[in-house]
Amino acid sequence: MTVKTKTKSSESDSSKRMLLYREALNEALKEEMKRDSTVFLMGEGIAERGGSYKVTVDLLKEFGPERVIDTPIAEASFVGAGVGAAITGMRPVVEILFIDFTLLTLDQVINQAAKYNFMTGGIGKVPLVLRTQGGVGNGLAAQHSQSLEAIFYHIPGLRVVMPSSPYDAKGLLKTAIRADDPVVFIEHKLLYMNEGHVPQDDYTIDFGKADIKRTGSDVTLVAWSNMVPKSLAAAEKLAQQGIDVEVVDPRTLNPLDKKTILDSVRKTEHVVIVQEAIRRGGIASDIASIIQQQAFDYLDAPIEIVAGINTPIPFNLNLEKLSVPQVNDIIEAVKRVL
Amino acid sequence: MKLIQILDENGKYKADDLADIKEQEIRKMYRLMILTRLWNDKAMSLQRQGRLGTLASVRGQEASNVGMALALQAGDWFVPAFREYGSLFTLGISMKNQYRYWGGDERGNYIPEDKRVLPTCITVGAHLCHAAGMAVAAKTRGEKSMILSSSGDGSTSQGDFHESLNLAGLWKLPVVFVIQNNHWAISVPVEKQTATKTLAEKAAAYAIDGLRVDGNDVFAVYKTVKERADIARNEFKPALIELVTYRMGDHTTADDATRYRKPDLLKTWEKRDPIERVKKYLMKELDWSEEKDKELVEECTKEVEQAVKEYENSDMPEPETMFDYMYNEMPWHLKEQLEEVKELTQAGGKK
Repeated sequence: MTVKTKTKSSESDSSKRMLLYREALNEALKEEMKRDSTVFLMGEGIAERGGSYKVTVDLLKEFGPERVIDTPIAEASFVGAGVGAAITGMRPVVEILFIDFTLLTLDQVINQAAKYNFMTGGIGKVPLVLRTQGGVGNGLAAQHSQSLEAIFYHIPGLRVVMPSSPYDAKGLLKTAIRADDPVVFIEHKLLYMNEGHVPQDDYTIDFGKADIKRTGSDVTLVAWSNMVPKSLAAAEKLAQQGIDVEVVDPRTLNPLDKKTILDSVRKTEHVVIVQEAIRRGGIASDIASIIQQQAFDYLDAPIEIVAGINTPIPFNLNLEKLSVPQVNDIIEAVKRVL
Repeated sequence: MKLIQILDENGKYKADDLADIKEQEIRKMYRLMILTRLWNDKAMSLQRQGRLGTLASVRGQEASNVGMALALQAGDWFVPAFREYGSLFTLGISMKNQYRYWGGDERGNYIPEDKRVLPTCITVGAHLCHAAGMAVAAKTRGEKSMILSSSGDGSTSQGDFHESLNLAGLWKLPVVFVIQNNHWAISVPVEKQTATKTLAEKAAAYAIDGLRVDGNDVFAVYKTVKERADIARNEFKPALIELVTYRMGDHTTADDATRYRKPDLLKTWEKRDPIERVKKYLMKELDWSEEKDKELVEECTKEVEQAVKEYENSDMPEPETMFDYMYNEMPWHLKEQLEEVKELTQAGGKK
């Protein structure tokens, strides 16, 4: 089938070493902690328990309680403590169990970390990584299922990273830890058990470099995080109907790789943006505004946005499914623009 | 809870407690307190003339400011809120730059890299979390240093205060939290802030020591903070120190305290002035005179005037500098706006 060759071979070649997304993150943390003694971890239940999604498993054993610190349930202060430690030259990686709880830390993240470089004239740097996970799971209800990346995307001074594959997860987390800017690193709860090729070597992925997850000529799908596997699944089905879809994964939302997105749009002349977050005030709208401003003449149809409905995520599984984009929604949108 | 005091408002002092404070240090304290007051009074006057922005007057809190900062050693960190000019001057932060900051210039808040001082933190209590984290870092690195934070009575109602003290007690951090209890959080008196009789007793909830000090007695402030800084640094025992002082001015120049504060309260505290009592001590014990005092005030006034001159002669920041300190590497979305700003400024220049 021609379809298979369209998907990147590095992600699917079974002869290469495969890791789960959570294992790839764990490996990134381990490698960076070995490489740099200023890297340390803080979070709720990350030490003995190894984190709710097992991302920090076994790190306590290897690096000890001074570098893998279980915190009290007090998000604002341990993120703030991360800011303080970062100001004085450490590289803390702070885990917030659910992105929903980052709302308790917004003063520290937005008023402090994001503005520190600016307000100190570059003398103070905050090389802090805020690791968290978002998105719908399997019925975790309104306060544990949100996609809140737009909040952080909106704030000057922050980097926003959302890896969709194990390979990207490892490379981007390593870059995040080495970055001098505060980074909001958003994982997705449904991606932790996804498997993919992850090289053993010490590689990093530059921020601001989108990855074309699938090449195609008819339509561009821009998607990130868990919308990438869904978009790829939609692309496979559309291929069977003779529609050749390109899937562009920005990987980092700030900085955003405008060039790769625009190049793809100029090639395919049709674009659908897929975001799990609710439609209103989302990043998809911003990307759409960039495309219409800079590639308007290339578009053969209005830009489509497939996004969550503007309500909290319902507890009920059927309603949850209905509230965020599914493969069929993406297929329908692609057909509308063609 | 006992109020620690060495020098009372009449200049009477406890000789034993004063024994280990050197004469030279006392003279330094006095000079720094005078400098702080003069800087502050001048700032108020500049603000009233439209030559400075909104300012939080520190009048009345000079002993707390100067005493705590003098207690620090090289290697220690000072983490201020926004009413600590005296501490900043004590630690070598320039008076000109403080005018610059309160005159609305970001650059006034840039702290020289060789100073272990964090910039002004306006968000109430947020910096206490930073202090805790800085103490984690110091401890992890095995440094012989400690972190001293300063905040007001209002900050003790913030979650950040309680969470930070909790971390400090739990993780045995080399940190001392100083509360300058000036009795007012803007217009809300401390009695409306908390049901506890003192702020220091809140330390008990976090298994750390709480101490209460006469914040208008520079000797007691200095000695207590110094002792606790040493303990924090050497034994990883944090402390909460409440400095009982009084805000003699309004909250800021945008406030009018006569709307909520009875004038006789001010009279009581005028008698407890932190500078007057040291002057009395100097007269009695260190051969001080009105003439010498006048000379000192004149000398300090000149320094302040010089700082004002430098502040008012400093250049305006260029519009392009807004983009300078955003990210390690400038992303395209900033580069594009930087270009727009450049075009605007060039067009403006032509006109």
